[in-house]
Amino acid sequence: MGEPKLRVQDVHLAFPGLPVLDGVSFDVAPGEFVSLIGPSGCGKSTLFDVVAGLHRPDAGRVVVDGRDATGRVDPFAYMPQQDLLFPWRTVLDNTALGLEVAGVPRRTARRRAGELFGAFGLAGFEGARPAELSGGMRQRAALLRTVVQDRAVLLLDEPFGALDSLTRADLQTWLDDVRAGFGWTVLLITHDIREAVRLSDRVVVLGPRPTRVRCEIPVDLPRPRPQEATAAAGAVEAEVLAALRPG
Amino acid sequence: MGPALAVVAGLLVVWQVGVEVSGVAPQILPSPLRVLEQGWAYREQLWANTVPTLQATAVGFTVSLALAWGLAVAVDFSPWLRRALTPLLVASQTLPIIAIAPLLIIWFGFGLAPKVVVIALVTFFPMTVGLIEGFDSTPRQATRLLRSMGASRWAQFRYVRLPGAMPSFFTSLRIGITYAVTGAIFAEYVGATAGLGIFMSVQKNSFRTDLVLAAVVVTALLSVTLFALTFLVQRLVAPWSRDG
Repeated sequence: MGEPKLRVQDVHLAFPGLPVLDGVSFDVAPGEFVSLIGPSGCGKSTLFDVVAGLHRPDAGRVVVDGRDATGRVDPFAYMPQQDLLFPWRTVLDNTALGLEVAGVPRRTARRRAGELFGAFGLAGFEGARPAELSGGMRQRAALLRTVVQDRAVLLLDEPFGALDSLTRADLQTWLDDVRAGFGWTVLLITHDIREAVRLSDRVVVLGPRPTRVRCEIPVDLPRPRPQEATAAAGAVEAEVLAALRPG
Repeated sequence: MGPALAVVAGLLVVWQVGVEVSGVAPQILPSPLRVLEQGWAYREQLWANTVPTLQATAVGFTVSLALAWGLAVAVDFSPWLRRALTPLLVASQTLPIIAIAPLLIIWFGFGLAPKVVVIALVTFFPMTVGLIEGFDSTPRQATRLLRSMGASRWAQFRYVRLPGAMPSFFTSLRIGITYAVTGAIFAEYVGATAGLGIFMSVQKNSFRTDLVLAAVVVTALLSVTLFALTFLVQRLVAPWSRDG
């Protein structure tokens, strides 16, 4: 494999009296979809903060395209768990927010976000208020807001955690589809093993806090992957589950 | 609106009948009809005294709004100022305005200044606190999102904290505006050359209870109108915040 898109290198972080990250290292290749999974409270979100540049690690580096990106936010587009669409903005203005914040003129920002509305199944809802959208549409709008920023790596923090299982399954299928078209490099946090196996090229399993990478499990399943459980997917899920178990 | 009007109408009828049946002297308790009748007869005097009260309210409330915004924004940007000012803000609310108002007259005379100070003192606090809490109501995740976009503190304020504070601000604006009129009346009551407050004080001293009450009615109308106006402003400024 060539040069990784993202390299997390021996990252350590401790809060006063509480070591959280104990030498976390992993790579993500260009266009690869990697999931981070770990026991709850293991420090996944803190690790995400460090990768996203929101929190400096005590030691270790985050490298993007071969350049040091530790403590920098600009190589990453971050999608939080809640959609965080703001009621004072229309859906279009919400999706253009990241570009606007980055200093792109408002008209250009709106045009660029607007061009993606079709691919995201949001056409016709540009002028709507977020409250008028369904849960699934809100998540798609939040993802649009994330990807339109055109950053090197997408960081998705349990993006489907708040959805009902049917909507969630549909969104996973949809995400798998559009991602293939756009060639995004994605790092996903999830606590849902099925979701991780469904979407990822590789699953990175974290140990309990203070956390480090326990193992990496490749998911060599053909795409498009079916929504229904298959024996092959079940075998990978079992492998992930076994890796998560203590001891 | 309907139920409120029905209750008011009911109370007025009870009052009117009560006064007529008991034959109580109008100096003690005039009937609502008499209040209305005398208020109308003195409408020019009432109006002449309403204008200065409205003026004092407008100027005082504007000063108060500017003060509240200035303080709240400063506190939002500076943790040091927050620690420095919060106790002062709270202390300002323990000032016994009743005792201080006469001193304000001594210091600032019978003109607009002491009224402006009283109105600002009674209204800036709820609005400042409303704004500060509004800014602080920004979800932590929203701040994280904005930071991940590379937003400066100012951009975070402009894109999230400020608009997010609007519902809380308008709630505190409504509290402030109702205190503003009463504050103006109170300041005038202590000493003024014109205004509804001094009008009430003079009429009370000549046992014109009916005219005192007529002035109370005007005061209430003013407060209710200003209160209603805040909803209009909210609809214009922040149509998406629908607690109004």
